[in-house]
Amino acid sequence: MTAFPDPASPDRKAVTASVRLRHEAGLHARPAVKLTKLAKKFSAKVSVAMLPDGPWIDAKSIVKVMATKTPHDALLHFRAEGEDAEAAVLALVALVERDFPDAG
Amino acid sequence: MSENVSLVIVSHSPDIARGTAEMVRQMVGEEVKVAHCGGNPEGGLGTDVQRILQAIERAWSPRGVAILVDLGGAETNSEMAIEMLPEDRRSRVVLCNAPIVEGAIMAATEASGGASLAEVRATAEELSPVT
Repeated sequence: MTAFPDPASPDRKAVTASVRLRHEAGLHARPAVKLTKLAKKFSAKVSVAMLPDGPWIDAKSIVKVMATKTPHDALLHFRAEGEDAEAAVLALVALVERDFPDAG
Repeated sequence: MSENVSLVIVSHSPDIARGTAEMVRQMVGEEVKVAHCGGNPEGGLGTDVQRILQAIERAWSPRGVAILVDLGGAETNSEMAIEMLPEDRRSRVVLCNAPIVEGAIMAATEASGGASLAEVRATAEELSPVT
């Protein structure tokens, strides 16, 4: 999956991508913590949604990410805006694709 | 300012305090210091101001310390411990009004990203239902 500039807001350098959540139990506690911690490493505003049009929630908010209770096989959408937006989206997609590995 | 806010877990039960701290370590990682204490000096259920003070000392971070507690006495004894701290540290230790296990995980996740003490507490307290 490659990240691409969001056609809806090209001037704001928003980058979006989506990825299928293969994790058996869905976005439960540990994957949610990993996703949030990774999102926090980037300065870009990073959002996540279960539908392509949102509602978008702050991917850096552990409480909000865990509250989505995203089930197994759902499509997760990421959107990032800012300096390192593309790196952020690629890293988050990779985390989900690799099924939330422990180290790193 | 590379250090993160750290946590202190105060439960009536030493097992719950230790288990909560261990759960934080496994789920969130090593970058947030977590100290814990529980039980009274006689080995029974309870909390003890001196032990809470020692736990704050072990966890100490210049960025601040967030305390998570379980029931009644854990809260009042933690408040007492905060009041007994030297004045320059008192303002950098806060009690979170949040469930002990869930609050600890949320607070530690927020702290791991370098958040301020106020942000860490707000994240833990975001869990509590609005009444």
